[in-house]
Amino acid sequence: MDEQVEEKERKKSKAQLDAEFSDLYRAHLRDVYSYAYYRIGNHHDAEDLTEQTFLQAYRHFERAQRESHGRPLRPWLIRIAHNLAANLYRDRARKPATPIDESTTLTAPHTTEQLVEGREELTRVLGGVQRLPEDRREALIMRFALGMDNREIARALGRSDGATKVLIHRAIKQLEGFVNDSDGEERQQPEKEGEGHDE
Amino acid sequence: MSEALGNNFEGLLREALAPVEPPEDLALRLESTLESITEMAADELQEWELSSMRDPRNWARPAAALVVGGGAGVALVLLRSRRRTHSSGGLGGARETAERTVRDLRRETRKLLGDR
Repeated sequence: MDEQVEEKERKKSKAQLDAEFSDLYRAHLRDVYSYAYYRIGNHHDAEDLTEQTFLQAYRHFERAQRESHGRPLRPWLIRIAHNLAANLYRDRARKPATPIDESTTLTAPHTTEQLVEGREELTRVLGGVQRLPEDRREALIMRFALGMDNREIARALGRSDGATKVLIHRAIKQLEGFVNDSDGEERQQPEKEGEGHDE
Repeated sequence: MSEALGNNFEGLLREALAPVEPPEDLALRLESTLESITEMAADELQEWELSSMRDPRNWARPAAALVVGGGAGVALVLLRSRRRTHSSGGLGGARETAERTVRDLRRETRKLLGDR
């Protein structure tokens, strides 16, 4: 009979659980979608990944809440998306089908002038992000697209806070190198073309 | 550009990786899916409660886990069948979809119950 009472208590909390899941969904839909989009590189797969992430999350929400001990659940949610994305790549055994579409990534408020002036730089940065090793790319997406702090990123990636700090630092340095290199290459390009014309 | 980058590279990165708003139809679709699974889960719980009152062998069964897991499983099947409906046209396609959905439901149910 104790078990019956226990079950009744579980039932009572179900409405509350659903309401809390609904809050989690509303608070983090954009985070999950942004992560999925930058991780995969196209809107179609990003939508699928977002759907699957929330369905998985709903399935395991009760346990996650119990085990989180009051800590934020965003890292857990992003971890689910991370695992699903890894499965997607494994299943399809391919890299992102299409490169990130710069026109849709620039959704933050920009004035037209800023957009035109900054576009080339932003394209280079995005190109560099795509060239980074997977763990570094993910850490940067979590930090800059989702605004997660080191501790949250560490939880999402299953690393220590210290290792995450180092990972992000190295990712930024490597990316800076990529962007500077591409800048140098572009500067050299017209010179080469010029030499060609002279001949 | 290198000098400028050095000054505010993180700012540039933040701008390049601006958050992406999910398409409106995704939000609507996802909300209605989640709504239907929570409703389904509640119905299942009610049904289970009635049957468990009659059958003492079911009293120890973890109802909440069954409802949450079962609800999500059914929702996944429904999502799949909805996609297939879009891709297959005509009455023949609809019939095939229905048959596949029944097969999927059986398989998912077996998987869910087998887990426990």
